[in-house]
Order: sequence, then C-alpha cells, then structure tokens
Amino acid sequence: MRAFTYARAATPADAIGAAGRLIAGGTNLLDLMKLEVETPDRLLDVNHIGLDEIAPDGDGLRVGALVRNADLAADDRVRRDWPLLSRALLAGASGQIRNRATTGGNLMQRTRCPYFYDLAAACNKRDPGTGCDALAGKNRNHAILGASDRCIATYPGDMAVALTALDAVVEIEGAGGTRRVPVGDFRRLPGDTPERDTVLEPGDLIRAVTLPAPTGGRQVYRKVRDRRSYAFALVSVAVDVTVTGGSITRAALALGGIAPRPWRDPAAEALLVGRSPDAAGFAAAADAILQGARGWGENDFKIPLARRTIIAALAEATGTDVRTAA
Amino acid sequence: MPAPSDHSITLTVNGTAETLTLPDPRVSLLDALRQRLKLTGTKKGCDHGQCGACTVIVNGRRINSCLSLAVMHDGDQITTIEGLGAPGALAPMQAAFLHHDGFQCGYCTPGQIMSATAMLDEARAGWPSVVSGDLTAPSLSDDEIRERMSGNLCRCAAYPNIVAAIREVADTAPEDAA
Repeated sequence: MRAFTYARAATPADAIGAAGRLIAGGTNLLDLMKLEVETPDRLLDVNHIGLDEIAPDGDGLRVGALVRNADLAADDRVRRDWPLLSRALLAGASGQIRNRATTGGNLMQRTRCPYFYDLAAACNKRDPGTGCDALAGKNRNHAILGASDRCIATYPGDMAVALTALDAVVEIEGAGGTRRVPVGDFRRLPGDTPERDTVLEPGDLIRAVTLPAPTGGRQVYRKVRDRRSYAFALVSVAVDVTVTGGSITRAALALGGIAPRPWRDPAAEALLVGRSPDAAGFAAAADAILQGARGWGENDFKIPLARRTIIAALAEATGTDVRTAA
Repeated sequence: MPAPSDHSITLTVNGTAETLTLPDPRVSLLDALRQRLKLTGTKKGCDHGQCGACTVIVNGRRINSCLSLAVMHDGDQITTIEGLGAPGALAPMQAAFLHHDGFQCGYCTPGQIMSATAMLDEARAGWPSVVSGDLTAPSLSDDEIRERMSGNLCRCAAYPNIVAAIREVADTAPEDAA
C-alpha cells in the first residue's frame, strides 16, 4: 500500500471541498489500495459526520449517505414498501461487508474487471491511454450494453440497480451548492473517458439518496451468478410492475451486471404498459432492451441470458406462467 | 509522497482499553490486533475480505478486520475470539463447534465462530436474508444459516458440521445459553 495521510472529518462541511479521497466503509477502496490500483495521498474518514439516518421524506424516504447496507436492508419501511431494495442489498456481498458498506460508498463501487485489478495489464480506466486488454481478453463478465472501445467494464453492484428501477435520486453537495441526480444517471458511460466512473466532481459529498413514494407495484430482484451466494451478478434484473384489471399499468425495469451503469430503457417499459402480462409481451420488451447489445467473445452468452432473465423476472412479478414460451 | 505521521488510538479490546501509537496509518485492524496486541486468534486468510477468517465484532457488528484501518476504529469496542470464551469457560458457540466437530484444520474457525455469534444476534433482531421467503418475518432455517454465513469460507469443507453447531446454539434460547 502506498503511503497516505489520514484525518477524520467531524461534520459534512469538513468533507465538502476537501482534498483527497473520502473513506466510509472502505470495503472496496482499501482492497484497491492494498493492490495499489488506488493510490490516494490523503484519506478523509467520513464515518463520524452523521448522515446516518433513514427518515420519512414526504411519502418517500431519505436515506443518509452513511447508512450501512445492513441497516437499510433491515429497515421496516424498506422491507414493507420497497422490498426490491432490501432484496438487492441482501443479494450483494456478505453479512460482514454489509455491516460496513454504506449507501454513498456503494454507489461509488468500482468495477471488478480483472484487468483493472492487474497493474501489468493495459486499462484505460486505471491508467488512461494505455488501452484495454479486456477487448480481446477474458471478458466473460463484461458489458453488452453501454460500453465503448476504450472500456467494456461493468458496474458490479446490486443496490443501485434496484434504486434505478425505483426512481431514486442522489443528493450531492459541492462547492456550487446542492444538486440532485437520478441514481440511473449517477454512473457515467465510458466513452473516451472511462477513468471517470461517476458524475461527481472533486470536493463533492454524497449526502443522501431519496426514494419517491412507494408505487404499490409487485417488486422482484432476480440475480444470476456463478455461485448462489457472495458473488457478483452475471445478469440481474430489478422489476417494479403494477397490473390492474388484467393489464400492465406501470412498469419499471433495470438491469445489472451487463453495462457500465444500471441499465434502464423507458421505451421498452412503454411497450409493456397497456398489455396483458404474457410471454410475447415480455419477450418484446426484452428484445427492445437488448436491441443494441453486443458481445465481446466470452460474454456473448449474456445476451440470451439477459433476455431470459428479463422474461423470468417479469413473469415472477406478474404471476405469469411462461415456462413453455421463450 | 506525504510524510507519514503518528496516530495515537484507543481500542477497547475484549473489555480492556488499549492505547496504540501507530507510526503510519497503513495498519489494518487485523494487523493491529495480531502484531501489536499479540491477539493471534484472529486469522489472516485472504486479506481481501473474501474468506472471513479475520472476522471480529466491532460495536456489536461482525466485520472483516482486514478491510478496515486500525485508525478508523479509535474509540471502538472490539471483541475477538480471545474475548468470547476461555479454556474451561467456553462460549456456547465454541462448545457447539467442539461438540459437532465443526472444523478440520481449524484455521477458519475463529472467524466462523465470531461470525456465527454475531449472525445469531442479527437473526434474533429479525434481520432478513436474501433467502427469506417473507422479508418481514424471516425464520432461521438451515438454508438461512448457510446464506448468512456465506462470508466465511472453510477449505476443509466442514460446512455440514458448522451448520449443525450454529443450529444447536440458535435453538437454545439466549437466556439458557450461559
């Protein structure tokens, strides 16, 4: 690990505009520092600045940036009204990690691309301009949507996928004041600058994530992975859908594990609305989402896997039998 | 390169306040426990939060001590395997692991026992897991135990006996466990 200085912030104001890296749970950052993928000169510990409460926000909920994943998943209101969020959180990491990992830190989680971790490999995200060894390498777990020829890494998390389907918003405070960014827009697509994961500017502090009023829809988080627990998603699907009088009146759907950010496609959701929940409609929505999907060799399988997972999640959420279709 | 500076921290470890001067903040909680306080019951396995051998209980919560800096725990209450029980006065989870032969080589065992102890507190508080059918009313089946313990690996694969040991303690009411 490279040398750094350490200080504790006492208030949010100490952290806004501060030089160096903020550390909260540290479960991802410290791991990357041990490998010298991350080499901050200065760490500012934000574990003692407050922002650790879950409070009503109108009919919604305001989740402080320092709320631990374990507490958010176990919150009675979240379990009752936003079960998708509980399910996604509990599908990620281990009990020990969830006790440390925070809401804000989890949004900042970095990719698990093996070349990002390997200092001997070319990686535009870690070392801009060096190239991307994943393009023709071990890319089994890489993106099929939203990638560029500079970077095909995925965002690995679960929580933000659920938050994206639930229309949650990140509250950010920086030198220019407070701004609100939908969780679905918080992570950047790589384009020509894959080294920038998010829309945060230096000196910004995530203060909270806000959830709008519960939709009352049926919510499902379906995660496909290589082992049953403590593994990142190959594909995950978050669904929040309302069926009234035999037809779909509202549908929100976000995908994880297949793009540089939680992937949402409003046009595909619109295809579902007004239809009865059936296999043909689910397949049409899946095909619309995956229209521009592209595999890179080892991850080609993710395109049909994503299609089937979307259909299965919609079927589960609407209680539809699709076993003979698709 | 910044110049490292001394950090003086106080950890309450197994009920005893310990003040440490760290010449550099690059010391994990795990290394502080093992190398500075000579509490070598907590094990270093992967050192990346993947195996759970370093699990300790901090302010009542199980965490991976390898994924935390010691300086971040100034003022915290820490319980290690040495504080859970002692020869002749084993904690219920320690006794259950012996009774059910919940280990082979024993290297992962302190982490398994610390994790299981805190996991049962989480379950008693009603926390759900991803395998809970009803998020609002989970009950601790063997499937639940396996899922909730997935952050602790055992390369000897003593898993069936680990589950049996945890099952025995889970089925004993906490007030009877002493």
